[in-house]
Amino acid sequence: MDRYDLPDAHGHFGPYGGVYVAETLMAALAELNEEYARAKADPAFWQEYHYELKHYVGRPSPIYHAKRLSEKLGGAQIYLKREDLNHTGAHKVNNTIGQALLARRMGKKRVIAETGAGQHGVASATVAARYGMECVVYMGAEDVKRQAPNVYRMKLLGATVVPVESGTKTLKDALNEAMRDWVSNVDNTFYILGTAAGPHPYPMLVRDFQTVIGEESKVQMPEMIGRQPDVVVACVGGGSNAIGMFYPYIDVPGVRIVGVEAGGDGIETGRHAAPLSVGTPGVLHGFKSYLMQDENGQVSGTHSVSAGLDYPGVGPEHSYLKDIGRAEYDAINDDEAMNAFHDLCHLEGIIPALESSHALAWAIKHAPTMDKDKVILVNLSGRGDKDINTVAALSGITL
Amino acid sequence: MSRIAATFARLSGQKALIPYITAGDPHPDLTVELMHGLVDAGADIIELGVPFSDPMADGPVIQRAAERALAHNVSLRDVLKMVAEFRKTNTDTPVVLMGYLNPVVAMGYTEFARAAHAAGVDGVLSVDCPPEESEELATELEAQGIDPIFLLAPTTPEARIVEIARHARGYVYYVSLKGVTGAANLDIADVGRKIARLREHIALPIGVGFGIRDAETARAIAGVADAVVVGSRLVQEIEAATPETARERLTRLVAELKSAIR
Ligand SMILES: Cc1ncc(COP(=O)(O)O)c(C=O)c1O
Repeated sequence: MDRYDLPDAHGHFGPYGGVYVAETLMAALAELNEEYARAKADPAFWQEYHYELKHYVGRPSPIYHAKRLSEKLGGAQIYLKREDLNHTGAHKVNNTIGQALLARRMGKKRVIAETGAGQHGVASATVAARYGMECVVYMGAEDVKRQAPNVYRMKLLGATVVPVESGTKTLKDALNEAMRDWVSNVDNTFYILGTAAGPHPYPMLVRDFQTVIGEESKVQMPEMIGRQPDVVVACVGGGSNAIGMFYPYIDVPGVRIVGVEAGGDGIETGRHAAPLSVGTPGVLHGFKSYLMQDENGQVSGTHSVSAGLDYPGVGPEHSYLKDIGRAEYDAINDDEAMNAFHDLCHLEGIIPALESSHALAWAIKHAPTMDKDKVILVNLSGRGDKDINTVAALSGITL
Repeated sequence: MSRIAATFARLSGQKALIPYITAGDPHPDLTVELMHGLVDAGADIIELGVPFSDPMADGPVIQRAAERALAHNVSLRDVLKMVAEFRKTNTDTPVVLMGYLNPVVAMGYTEFARAAHAAGVDGVLSVDCPPEESEELATELEAQGIDPIFLLAPTTPEARIVEIARHARGYVYYVSLKGVTGAANLDIADVGRKIARLREHIALPIGVGFGIRDAETARAIAGVADAVVVGSRLVQEIEAATPETARERLTRLVAELKSAIR
């Protein structure tokens, strides 16, 4: 196989990706693409980016051997890439720092973002405060309710949070509204997109800013166990933490790559958020990819206990990796994720994000079927403090 | 000659009025009647919106119209049936479908182009399909004699204008402002300057839409463009009406706009 090198110049990953937006945004995307190309070739840009990741975010994030959990399962060893220990509590900040530095290069003083779980909103509000920019975050009204602590965190950081009442009132509608804002304020506004999706160049640049996860892992695993893991696994909402972990491993033979979508109430119920598992190719939010839709091409409503995975689309590179067979995608249901959440709390003293709990649940499900000398590296994309209200409510407790 | 070309030829310099309504709004049974009403009141071309679950480029007014239509499960196939019904008694007025790409992707480009031709569709404007991504669809449409209509925006640089001019058929649609449909920040002098620049590269008629809300702005736009597109303002009229009064309220406003641009 040739060295994997995508997207092409037009933002295509095979048949996926591209730039499917209204004409008004075409120039802004071209400008962003050009500026990113310049930044990419500028060592000073990366120097500052890595300085910020080290001193502001606290990277590198450690890898932790979840020994008690592994022992209890009696199979493969589970290791956790601790993105939950980042400043702001998730992988999202890796990307927002990169994009904020781009925004500053482009002289934009106002940034906007969409958010589902609120983690990307918090990470955007954080960098906006850090670099002195105005910040507006669009969030589905449904998510505003279920992620109340994050809404308040964004406000504390000086951002304006706009609840989105249209459509299904979740992440996809927040994205629609952010795009509408961008079209209306394109001259002075930088759109900090939160996942490896959207029109080109976003899937590429978000991936590039998140690959620090996999790059670090590639160095840390040999230090810990003398080799690379047998499996890397990550949850897939839009796909940014997953592609960040996967990308550096694409060209490493023998490493199995597994993305985990939200199975919600179960794939068979139709109430889930698993486009790679049961969707068909379509166009939404500026790119072509697998999409949950009905036979008429209307986008389906989704369900997941985790707001950050509650999205009917998926980043185009994952669709491509699925089609070429380099990555496999599976779904984990709400209750399996909840069990994994509690297991990690009790056995390891780590409260994981509900999103990350999906990746963890996959490892918990498959570790017992594997030999004890096998290693699964789970990307623990975020911490679960933001989810305690949701978890409490599911246990019949009001905080 | 295509119906669109014939329409502009017949107008011979007079300005065209292009009203937009969303198919299925307020009810699928009313759409064909409303289309005839638009023609009776002076519409030269009809832009018929295909409802989509995620209308990213639309403001709240047209978003709500799509939601009303989707409450009745109006699909792209249903919209084509409405056009076919309209064509039974109107064979002159061009109908341009305006919407988002995904329903067309779901139907399949080849099947869509054939069915659209059979129904009597004259042009297709996919808001989220710029020329860069449109080759496959445009080829299928042109094979069926349907014009792919493209947008131009205040942000479109010179080189892209030239490129879009190469792809455009029928007419081009200049988005008069940076924003979503129904926005209110129209700057007429600026539109005039931009249109003059467009004409250096574009031989096709130029329609202008987004933000035209009354007879006065319609008249001003008609002073610089070949066609005036009015959408949100008409949809608002439908929204404010009952099913019984929708046609009358809509046609009254369209007639007023038509006389303003004469
Ligand atoms: C902790 C965490 N993990 C994962 C995700 C899903 O996003 P992505 O698939 O882009 O990593 C989110 C999104 O909000 C998140 O907060």
